[in-house]
Amino acid sequence: MAKAELSGPLQTKAMGQTQVTSQWVGARHGWPSRLAAYAGMALCLLIIGLPVYWMAIGAFKVQAEIYRIPPTWFPAEITYANFARAWNAAPFGRYYLNTILVTVLGSGFEIFFAATSAFAFVFLRFPRKDWLFIILLTALMIPNQITILPNYLTAAQLGWINTYQGIIIPGAAAAYGTFLLRQYYKTLPTEIIDAAKVDGAGYLRTLWSIVLPLAKPALISFGLLSIVSKWNEFLWPLLVTNTREMRVLPIGIYWLRVEEGTIDWGVIMAGTLFVVLPVAIIFLYAQRYIVDGIAAGAVKG
Amino acid sequence: MAPQSFNTSLVVDTPPGNFRRRLRTEQREWLLFALLVGPNLALFAVFTYWPLIYNTYLSFVRWDLLSPLKIWVGLDNYRYLLNAPEFGQIMWNTFAFTVGSVAIICTLGLGMALLLNQPLRGRAGVRAVVFSPVMLSGAAIGIVWIYILDPRYGLLDIFIRGVGLRSPNWLLDTQWTMAAVIMVHVWKTIGYAVVIYLAGLQAIPRELYEAALVDGANAWSRFFHVTVPGLSPVIFFLGITTVLGSFQAFDILKVMTNGGPVYATTTLIFYLYEQGFVGFNAGRAGVAAVLLFSMMLAFTLVQMRYSERSVHYN
Repeated sequence: MAKAELSGPLQTKAMGQTQVTSQWVGARHGWPSRLAAYAGMALCLLIIGLPVYWMAIGAFKVQAEIYRIPPTWFPAEITYANFARAWNAAPFGRYYLNTILVTVLGSGFEIFFAATSAFAFVFLRFPRKDWLFIILLTALMIPNQITILPNYLTAAQLGWINTYQGIIIPGAAAAYGTFLLRQYYKTLPTEIIDAAKVDGAGYLRTLWSIVLPLAKPALISFGLLSIVSKWNEFLWPLLVTNTREMRVLPIGIYWLRVEEGTIDWGVIMAGTLFVVLPVAIIFLYAQRYIVDGIAAGAVKG
Repeated sequence: MAPQSFNTSLVVDTPPGNFRRRLRTEQREWLLFALLVGPNLALFAVFTYWPLIYNTYLSFVRWDLLSPLKIWVGLDNYRYLLNAPEFGQIMWNTFAFTVGSVAIICTLGLGMALLLNQPLRGRAGVRAVVFSPVMLSGAAIGIVWIYILDPRYGLLDIFIRGVGLRSPNWLLDTQWTMAAVIMVHVWKTIGYAVVIYLAGLQAIPRELYEAALVDGANAWSRFFHVTVPGLSPVIFFLGITTVLGSFQAFDILKVMTNGGPVYATTTLIFYLYEQGFVGFNAGRAGVAAVLLFSMMLAFTLVQMRYSERSVHYN
C-alpha cells in the first residue's frame, strides 16, 4: 500500500484546511511511551486482523485440521480442494454473474442520479429547489430496512420477484450521493463554468466536459462506496429473490452455510473468500478514495 | 444547508430589456432541472416515501399478505404488541444492542484513532486493516465469526483458554448471544468510527496544541481541553450515526443467530422482518416499522438541531 493518508483531495477541499499529520506537537516521546504506542498498534492489528486471517487460512485447511484441538495457526497441510468444493457445492459462477450485474447496474444508476441531480441543484434555477433538496435528504432518514414490506408488495405487483430489476430499481435513487456531490460541485470555481456558458456550451455539455472531470475525486469516492454497498447488500436481495439462480453472493454464502451446517468449515471459508475477495482488492487499491467519501459526510454533517 | 444555491446559477445576466428571452432561458432551466432531478425523486417517492405511509396504514389493519381483504382494526396491533410478553424483551434487546455497541464503538474507536493519529511507523497499514471490516459483507463476516466463536475449535477459545477460562456456548446460550452479536457488530463497525475520528482530529487546528503547550498543559489537559472540545461535533455525529446503524443491523443477526435462541437477539428490525416475511402478519410488521422509524426520526431531529447550533468548522 502506498502512503495512504486520510486527508485526500476531497476532504481537504471540504474543510478548506491544510493537513496536519502529526498531532502531539512538540511532545517528545520517551521510549516507554513509544513502546506502549507500538504495542497498542499491534493490539489493534491483532483484534481486527486476526479474524480475517482466520478466515483466509481456514479455507486452506483440510477438514481434520479444522477440528483439531488446539487449533493450528498455520495449516499443517495446505489444500486447495476447499475452493473447488465450494465452487461445486453452490452455483458460484451464477452468483458472481448476478452480483456483478446488480452491482454495476445498481451503482451505475446511483452514480448517474447523484451526478445529474447534484448538478441541477447547484447550477440550475428552479422554484423552491432548496425545499426539494430537503425533501430528497429526508430519504436518508428512511433506510430500506424499514420499507421492505411495502416494497416487497410493490415488487410483487410489478412482477419483479426474482428479477434483476426487482433487486436493482428500488435502491437505484441517490440521496447521500447527491448530497456529497452537491457539496463538492459548490467548491468548483464558478468562473470556469461561467466561461463555458459564454462559449455557448449547453448545460449537459458543461456537466459532462467541465463539471464531471473537475469532480473526479468525489465521483470516484462515491462510486466506490456505492459499488461496495451494492456488492454487500443482503436484506433486500434475500427477500426479493427465492430461486437459486437469482441469488447474489451474500445470499449464496448464507445458504451455503445453512445447507452445509457446521459440517465443513474449510468449504464455507472458501465460499466467504469468494464473496469478500473482490471488495478486498478494490479496497487495497482505492482505500484513500473510500475513506475520503466516508469522512466527507461527517465533516459537514 | 444554506439556500445560497441561486447565486451559483450558470446564467450570465442578461440585459433588463431582454425580459422575454430571459424568461425562456429560465424556463429551459426549469425543464432541465425537472428532467435531471425528477426520476431520482420519483424513485424515492415510490420506494421510500410511499412505503412509509403504507407502513403506517398497514399498522392499523389485520392482513396476512395473501387474502384480498385487509381488515381495519384500529389500534389493535399496537395494543397487542404492548401487551405481548416478547415485546418487552424485543425493546430491551434493541436497547442493549444499541447502547452496548455504540458505547464500545465510540470509546474504543476514539482510543484507536488517538493512537493511529500519532506519528508511528506503519500506521497507514494498521489504519487500513482496522477499516477493512467496514467494507466486507456482513453476511460473510457473520459466518466467519460463527466459526471463530465455536467453543471447541474456535479462534477465540484459544485466548479464553489462555487465561484459564472456558468458552461459553456463545451462540446457543441465551446469556451470551447478545454479547456475541454486539462483539461482531463492534468489530465490523469500529473502523468507521476510527476514520471519522481521524478526520475530526486532523481538523483541530495545530496552533491550539501549540498554545496549550506554551501554557504548560500536560497530555491529559491537552486531551480534555483541546481534543475533546474540538472533537465534540464529531463525537456527536458518530453517536447518532452509530445508533442509527445499530437500529438497522440485520445481516449479522440473520446469519449468526436468526434472532434466537428464542427471542434472545430479536431486535426491532429483526422482529419487523420476522412478522412480515416469516409470520405474514402485515399489521405487526407495520407497527414495528412505525416504531423503528419514529425512533430514528427522533435521533435525526436531535442531530439536526444540535449541529445547526454548533457548527465548528467554517
